[in-house]
This record gives sequence, structure tokens and C-alpha cells, in this order.
Amino acid sequence: MFQHTIAELSQLLQSKSISSVALTRAYIERCESLDTELNCFITLTPELALQQAKAADDRIQSGTSEALTGIPIAHKDIFCSKNIKTSCGSKMLDNFVAPYDATVVERLANAGMVTLGKTNMDEFAMGSSNETSFYGPALNPWDKQRVPGGSSGGSASAVAARLVAGATGTDTGGSIRQPAAMCGITGLKPTYGRVSRYGMIAYASSLDQGGPLTQTAEDAAMLLSTMAGFDERDSTSVDRPVDNYNSELTNKLDGIKIGLPKEFFNQNLDSDIGDNINSAIKILKECGAVFKEIELPNSHLSIPAYYVVAPAECSSNLERYDGVRYGYRCEDPKDLADLYCRSRGESFGEEVKRRIMIGTYVLSSGYYDAYYLQAQKIRRLIRDDFQQAFNDVDIILGPTTPTTAFKLNENMDDPVSMYLSDIYTVSANLAGLPGISIPSGFSNGLPVGMQLMGNYFQESKLLNIAHQYQLQTDWHKQIPGEFKES
Amino acid sequence: MSIDSSEIEKIAWLARLSLNEDDIPASKADMSKILDLVEQMNTIDTGGIEPLAHPMDIRARLRADEVTETDQRAHFQKNAPATEDGHYLVPKVIE
Repeated sequence: MFQHTIAELSQLLQSKSISSVALTRAYIERCESLDTELNCFITLTPELALQQAKAADDRIQSGTSEALTGIPIAHKDIFCSKNIKTSCGSKMLDNFVAPYDATVVERLANAGMVTLGKTNMDEFAMGSSNETSFYGPALNPWDKQRVPGGSSGGSASAVAARLVAGATGTDTGGSIRQPAAMCGITGLKPTYGRVSRYGMIAYASSLDQGGPLTQTAEDAAMLLSTMAGFDERDSTSVDRPVDNYNSELTNKLDGIKIGLPKEFFNQNLDSDIGDNINSAIKILKECGAVFKEIELPNSHLSIPAYYVVAPAECSSNLERYDGVRYGYRCEDPKDLADLYCRSRGESFGEEVKRRIMIGTYVLSSGYYDAYYLQAQKIRRLIRDDFQQAFNDVDIILGPTTPTTAFKLNENMDDPVSMYLSDIYTVSANLAGLPGISIPSGFSNGLPVGMQLMGNYFQESKLLNIAHQYQLQTDWHKQIPGEFKES
Repeated sequence: MSIDSSEIEKIAWLARLSLNEDDIPASKADMSKILDLVEQMNTIDTGGIEPLAHPMDIRARLRADEVTETDQRAHFQKNAPATEDGHYLVPKVIE
């Protein structure tokens, strides 16, 4: 039964073929026995889950349920969940019990979803492999010697191994799409401002955006419908009605224009992945889509600009961890400066410190114009390239990642090589555009992801194309051998 | 672009991060490498281009200046490492 999608579970629950309590118990049992293999979860919340499941069953009985009522979900441990440890993958917040719910958590709970637990992640979402987590890396269920990608690695691994039918994640430079690609699942990063950032622990505030990780585009549409929407408590939330994503899924693709950026199909791309994406293009052509080569001439500057903007905002956001109000505090500080320096120095991991240092440097007196201002100018060029492209095409398609999942420790000694794992994903963050990664096949037994990017608030178009592709293929139905039910 | 040890120490102090002497060489090497990557931004002329802070050029909304939060001090202070009578305790700052 663990192969079921959210849409299927919804039908089983609504038709009373299964109760939420029975379903939740089964998932708890599966997580408790299999998570020792994968380390997807930082915290499991069985008591809360059963309590929510019972309430969900009451709602279903009384006819007040919604489509998502009674379905278990896992939240990335970056989302504050009231009275539950919310660590953000860091020793700094290992003792932090969130005093309130993030909007995303609140909305999904109000829809009747059941929280199974909090998933593993790169520390403060800074990483592309889940290896910077204080709790050790989550592993890739397709090959446990390999990373699941990051930073939403625990969420991606858990959905891929069918420990849960869907999970939340956040994407600052690719952190939903890249792990979704590496684990063979669907991951959607919405338009900046579509999903509230309230209660989502900040990394780089002008780039961070929450979204769903699921087996299918249909499930992503269901979750996004509930997650999205205006929130007064997030000053960058956009006040605009939420589309009916699920009703657009069945639209035909006849005549839809898809752009292929020539910069995404160059020598950096693994040739197997290139072939794979070309096969996916063929399928979409058969569905009626029309393809055209386009140019994103400044895309090679997206990684350099990202590694100024993101660390700068990170150094500013992480100033709040001072060892005074919450979080880790060092032993026996000799004075206030020592309290700050050692509380931070002893509890932040290497990558977090590296980004704080870079951010502090680029924002420091005399360097601001050369780095941060230049990066923001490049950001405009990147955004304008996309706007130019969207004059000609409806959607942009390419690979999600330059390689499939790499081995543990393979990129840990060289931060720059790790950063290049996000080469195809960061530009959507810099431009604030929505993007989705969907499974498009395998290379040497490892999943490959195809990425679609759309113009602002075109999530329904992305989901529509992804769904039509998934009707023609079964890559999204593949389950890693060890995690299939016997 | 290379960065020297005293600069590393200065940045660490600005960021209030304690630094282990032994970590300085690795930190220098990593920062220099990342700054080299970032330097690629200078291969392009951005004269006349306006910096972009928000992808849709939207300014942050302001809310009405009204009290909306209730007092939850005790609830929030449950996470504090040290408090007394509702205050956060820190090492002595004035002799």
C-alpha cells in the first residue's frame, strides 16, 4: 500500500476503505523500521500523528473533510512546528522547540494532514548533498553509498523510499529540485512569494521558497493548492489568487511552445543525461509540444552571483543566533563577546561558517559595490534573459542536474565543485521563477531528473506538462528495490 | 584572489565566530577559491544596469502600526539558555 500516491490515498480515505489511524500506524511502523537505513528523519512524531489521524477520521465521518484530510506528510526540519523540535539540521538548534507553527505547517494541518515527522537536511539548508547536517547525511535509497542531494535530502529520500507519500521542502538554489532529481521523484519550487516564508527558518530571504516533494505532479498540485496563498505575516508574500492547479492538469499540450536553452546542453552535461532528456523531449513532441532553441546568455554568471547574494543574506540572517535567546550556548563564557563567538563557533558546521564568512566579507566596508551590488545587477540581467525567452516560448526545459547522485564524500573537500551541482537550478531562484523537476529515466541505475521552468505564477502550466508526461511514462512509479513491499 | 590570515581573523571577528588557529589555512584556501569563482562576475560590464533586490521589483509591504502580538514572553523564554525574572541572562557587561 505504500506505493500509493496522495491522490490515491485521498480516494481510499474518502471512500472509507481505510481509516487515517490505520494508515498512519502503518506509515509510522514503516518509518520506524526503515529509517534506520536511510536517516531521512531528524524527529519522528508518532504521538502527534495519531492524534491528528484520529481527528482526521472524525472529519471524514462527519463529512467535513478535504482532499488532503488524513494523509500523512513529513516536513523539512526548517519549518517551525509548534512544541516540536525544529533543528534546521544544526547543532545550534538541536535544543530548539518551536513556539509556533510555520504557515505551511499550519495550512497543511488545517487541511487535515497528519505530521509524521521532521526530515533531515543540510545545515540551515546550506548544501547540495545533505552531508552538512549535524545529524549525519540522509542516504539515497537507490544506492546507499550515494547522497540524496540537498538541501531537502531527507524529504526526497523519504518520498523515494515510500516512507511517506509527500513532504515539504525549501529551495534557495535548487534544494527541492536537485534532490528530487537525484532520488527519482517530483519536486516543485514555486514562484518567489507564492508560498509563505513565515516560520520557515531563513537562509537567503530573497531566494528562499517552500514547495512540495511528491511522487507525481498531480500530488504536487494537490499540496501546492493548500500551501500557496497570501500571508500577511510574510512581507514578501504576493497577494494574488491561487490557481486551481488540479483542474489544469488534464489540458492537452497541442501547440505549447517549449524552449531549450543551448547553455544547458553543453559539455558540462553528462552525456547519458543529455540522451535521457532528448528521449523525454521526443515524448513531449508526441504529445503535441513544439520545441525551439533559446539563449540564456548570462546563465554562466548565475553560480557566481548566487555565491554572493546567498552568503550575504545568510550572514545577515544568521546574526540572530547569539546564544542568548535560544539555541546553543557555550559553557562558561568569559564575557559577552566570548559568549557570541564561541556559541556560534562551536555549534555552526563548516559550510555554514564558510558562507557566513564569505557573506561578511562581501558586505564589509569597501567591498559592497564590487560584490553585492554587482551580483544584484547580474541578477537583473539573468531575469531579463528569461523574460526575453518567455516572449518566444511558454516553458523552458532542460536537465535538473549535471550529474546523477554522487558518492558520499565525493565533493566534500571542494566547496566549489559541490556548488556546481546546482548549475541548472540557481538561475530560477535568482529570477524568482517557478521550476519543477520530474523523473525522466535512469542512468546506470540512478534516477535522472528533467526540469521545467515557467514564467511568474505559471505553476499550473508546469504541473500540466509534468502530468501529461507522467501519463505517458512510468519513471515516477519506480521504487528502489530494497524498499519495495514484498 | 588570495586572502591572508589577518583578513580571515578580521572577518571571523566581524561575524562573531570563534576561529581555531589550525583551521585558518583551510579557511584561507576555501575563501580564496570561492572568491575566484565569484570574480567571474567581473567578466561582464554592468554599467547602467539597475541592481535587482526583488525578482518582481516589488517593495516590501508595510502594515498598519497596530499592536497585533500578544505577550508570550514565558512561552518564548522556554527556549532560552538562561533567564531570571523574565530577563535574558548574559555575562556581566559593565563592571
